Formats: sequence, structure tokens, C-alpha cells
Amino acid sequence: MKEKQFRKKHNWQLIIGCGLTGFFVLFTIVGQFWTPYDVTAMDAAARSAPPSLAHIMGTDNFGRDVFSRVMNGCGNTFLVAFCTVGIGAVFGTAIGALTGFYGGWIDEIIMRINDAILSFPSILLALILISLLGPGKLNIIIALGIIFIPSFARIVRGEVLRCKSLEYVQSARVMGISNFRIIFAHILPNIWVSMLTAAMIGFNNAVLSEASMSYLSLGVQPPEASLGRMLSEAQSLIFNAPWYAIFPGIVIILIILGFSMISEGLRKLQWGEN
Amino acid sequence: MKYFIKKAVTLIITLLFISVITFAAFSVIPGDASMTRLGTEATPDQIEALREEMGLNKPVTERYILWLSDALRGDFGESYQYEGQQVSALLADRLPVTVLLAVISFLMILVLSVPLGILAAKHSGKWLDTAINQLTQITMAIPSFFLGIILTYIFGLILKWFQPGLFISPSENLWGSIRYLIFPAAAIALPKIAMVVKFLRNSVLSEMPKDYVRTAYSKGSSKNRALSRHILKNALIPVITFMALVVAEILAGSIIVEQVFSVPGVGRLLISAISTRDYPVVQAVVTYVTAVVVIINFVVDMLYQLADPRVKAA
Repeated sequence: MKEKQFRKKHNWQLIIGCGLTGFFVLFTIVGQFWTPYDVTAMDAAARSAPPSLAHIMGTDNFGRDVFSRVMNGCGNTFLVAFCTVGIGAVFGTAIGALTGFYGGWIDEIIMRINDAILSFPSILLALILISLLGPGKLNIIIALGIIFIPSFARIVRGEVLRCKSLEYVQSARVMGISNFRIIFAHILPNIWVSMLTAAMIGFNNAVLSEASMSYLSLGVQPPEASLGRMLSEAQSLIFNAPWYAIFPGIVIILIILGFSMISEGLRKLQWGEN
Repeated sequence: MKYFIKKAVTLIITLLFISVITFAAFSVIPGDASMTRLGTEATPDQIEALREEMGLNKPVTERYILWLSDALRGDFGESYQYEGQQVSALLADRLPVTVLLAVISFLMILVLSVPLGILAAKHSGKWLDTAINQLTQITMAIPSFFLGIILTYIFGLILKWFQPGLFISPSENLWGSIRYLIFPAAAIALPKIAMVVKFLRNSVLSEMPKDYVRTAYSKGSSKNRALSRHILKNALIPVITFMALVVAEILAGSIIVEQVFSVPGVGRLLISAISTRDYPVVQAVVTYVTAVVVIINFVVDMLYQLADPRVKAA
């Protein structure tokens, strides 16, 4: 019983998720200005060296420090994730809020298109769009950003529909406040938890998709470091230097886990257990 | 029947719509096919001649109809990358491998996730449920290609249960092929198993407080009996819809995991075609994959309706 009360009080998933994500954001920001070793410096004496005190994640086949490269490479992961979630959130919120509020045949058509897009996994859509746009970091951002719009639009639309009939919106209407103001100044601030949950799921998908695309050499291009890219290089060296694959992989998993724990935690905050 | 016709018409319209989009998308790519083929140093005359030969001078609508009628017969033209090879022949070579891979991972998902999901729901709130929950959350965070690399390392290089990179074609030795594909299939399946377990658990839990379950209990059925006789029937219905997404996810996963295990399937063909700008191949694969996803959604809709006649009214 005591344990249950403790759980209710402390949303541990949210706490651990925020901790993990906060740690990696800090880790990444530091990695853009300072790394223990130069990211591209090769040390011939320490090629494919196993993890040690000097190189805590070991070195790759050129003697580059894996830890430094991971710190720096996370920058691209987060950059792509922030940009795509930004694109998706801005356009998705606008589309979802307007269609949800006004309804009508435009709403019907846009939601049909949304449903069609949502029946495709984001990695598959990213591949299709990349096959049109061509490989590259900017194209990955555009592709993933577009893909993320429908899921965001759907969540915002549902929430706006729910709030539309609530009393505070009705009374705002009676007061003669413009529709635009009702949507953006009254409804949106009230649904931020849902929007944040959607954004976290978006981060989760963006990190996963970016890593996959970079692994397939369709995303971030060398010489820039990226976690997915490192894994594709590491794969051919795995027998002699397994740490080169294992550490970047674990970092990807932890970043994704952080975001997914936050979104689960937020959902619990909103709807209670289950 | 009316429901079926309505859905079938929607399916055909969607497929046509997809064909228009893929055709249009590949027509607006800067630098048309004649330039890709001849390179940047071709003279305008040469380009003109090839454009004429390839039929690129015709109006867009005419080209679309031509492309569609060819595509319906399975003719997607010639690959740029492998000269003189028909795209359809390239696809025919690789399709069976990808289908086999997808079937194996789908079976893995079914066999493992249904019992685990039910187990988690049955013990909801207890340690077993919590353990399964934690495990699914972590598994869902693992990218399939990383899982693939780890499986190659453990089972291929250390335990030597299979030889990474030495794929055996199913037409040569079906059993050997399956033995190799078990590992990539596992890399695809594991994160999806976690998805299905979570979905099924929540589906079962949402049925538990319903009236018919209470009735079953009051008539004296045990928890197991209520689960197997009453709850599962209803809880599995939403899972059918979810399976459409799972199959699409398997397809996406196989494109990536084929790369990890060097399995010569459709995914590898697509990736190499994207990087060499082999547009006929890319166009064909994209058309195929999107059509498959749409058709699977249609089939699932039909199954859903069979399983739950109530949707017909809606």
C-alpha cells in the first residue's frame, strides 16, 4: 500500500526520463565546444584500443576517441530532432487547430490524407521522401518534418474539438473574442500537456529515423560525425573493436528511452495509471 | 457486401492516387532521365535524340497513361544502374527473399507477443506485469539496425551459428535460407513484439471492467476462463487493425535490416538505387511498397469486419 502511494506521488517515469534527456542535452551541448580529444585527431599508437581510463569508450580503427566522437555526433542527432519536431509542431498545430475548430469538408479531406499518411511507418515515409529529395542532412530534416505534421495535427485537432464545447470557450465567444484569439490564446495553452506528449513521441521517432537514415548513408554525410553513421562504420570492424559499435548504439537507445519515458510519464500525469 | 464494394472502390481510388503521386514526384526531379543517362557532358542534340527515343517529349498525361499501363503489366522499364536489366526482373529476383523475411518475422511476432501480452494483462499491477512493461519500453527504444549488428556479433562471429554476409538463396536451399533469415527476422521482430505486447495488454485491460466480464464472473467462471472464453475475443479485435501497422513496420524494418545482414532483398535494391539515382528502380519499389501497405490496410479492414460485424453499421 505504501509503495502504491509512493508511486502515485512520484511519477518516476517522468523523473527518470527528464533526467536522461537533460543529461544527454547537456552532454551534447558541451560536446559542441569541448571534447576530451579532438574529434578528428588520429592516434596511430592507439588504433582500435579497448576502453580504458584514457579512452573510456575506446578508439576506432584510426585511433580516434569514440567518446569524443559520440559527444560531438549527438549534436547532429539533436539538431535534426529539434528541427523536425519544430516543423511538425508549427504546421501540425496550425492545421490541427484550424481544422478542428472550423470543421467542414476541408477538415474531412485533410483528416483523410492524415490517416493515409499515418498508416505508413515514419522510417518508410522518410525513405520514400529521401528517394525523391536525395540524401543529406537538410533533406532528412525536411522529410522527417513533413512526416511528423499529420500526427501532431491529429492530436491537436482532437483536443481542440474536445475544448470547443467547454464552458470557457463558450463564454469567450459570448464575450465577442475573435475565433483566432480563442484558438491561440485560450484553447492552445490549455492543451499543452497533449502537445508536449506529441512532441516527445516526435523526438523519439526523429532520433530513431535519423539514426537509421544515417546508418544507410542517406542522412548526415561524412566528415560530420553522427551516431548512425558511426554504427555503419563500426559494423565492419565489430570483430576487432566491438566497443566502437556498442557505445554509440547504447547512447542512441538511452536518448530514445529518455524521450519515450517522458511521453509515458506525461500520459500518466494526464490520464492516470493505464 | 455493400461495405466490401465501398471499401474496394476506395482502395482502387487510393491506388490510382498513389500512382499519380509517384509518377508526378519522379517527373519533377531536376534533371530528367536522359541527362542522368548521358551525364553532364552530353551535347543538346544527343539529349534531344535520347528524349525522343525514351518518349520524354510526349505530354505528361500521355506519359502517365503509358507508364501506368506498363506498370500494371509489371513493366517498369530498364534499370540505369544495371544496364540492360529490366526492373521487373530485378524485382522478381529479390521479392521472394523479402517476403520470406517478412513472413518469418511476422510469425515470430505472433507467437511471442500474444502470450506475453495476455500474461502481462492477467498479472496487471504485479511484478511480472511491471517487468514486462519495463522490458517492452526498453526494447522499443532499440533501433533495429543496432539490434542487427549485435545479433551478427553474438550469433555470427562469437557463437558462429551463421556466417554473416553469406546468404543462401531460397531457390537453392530453402532451409538454409530460413536458417540465415532467422537472425535478421529477429532484429526486425523484437521491437515490434514489444509494440504488440503493450497494445494487447492495454486492449485486454480495457475490456476487463465491462459488464459482460462481470456477468461471466458472476456465473462462476474463473479468471482464466473469463479471459480465454470472453475477454480475448473482444480484446483481439483492435489488435487486428494494429497488425496492419505492424506489417508496414516489418516492411520498413526489413529495408534497413537487409542492409545489416547483406540480405539481397528489395530493401537493398532500393538503398543502392537511391544512392546511384537509379530512378526507374526507385519508382518501382516505392510504388510496390506503398501499394502493399494500402492493400494490407484493405485486407485488415475486411478481416476486422468479419471479426466484428458491428463496424458494418458504423
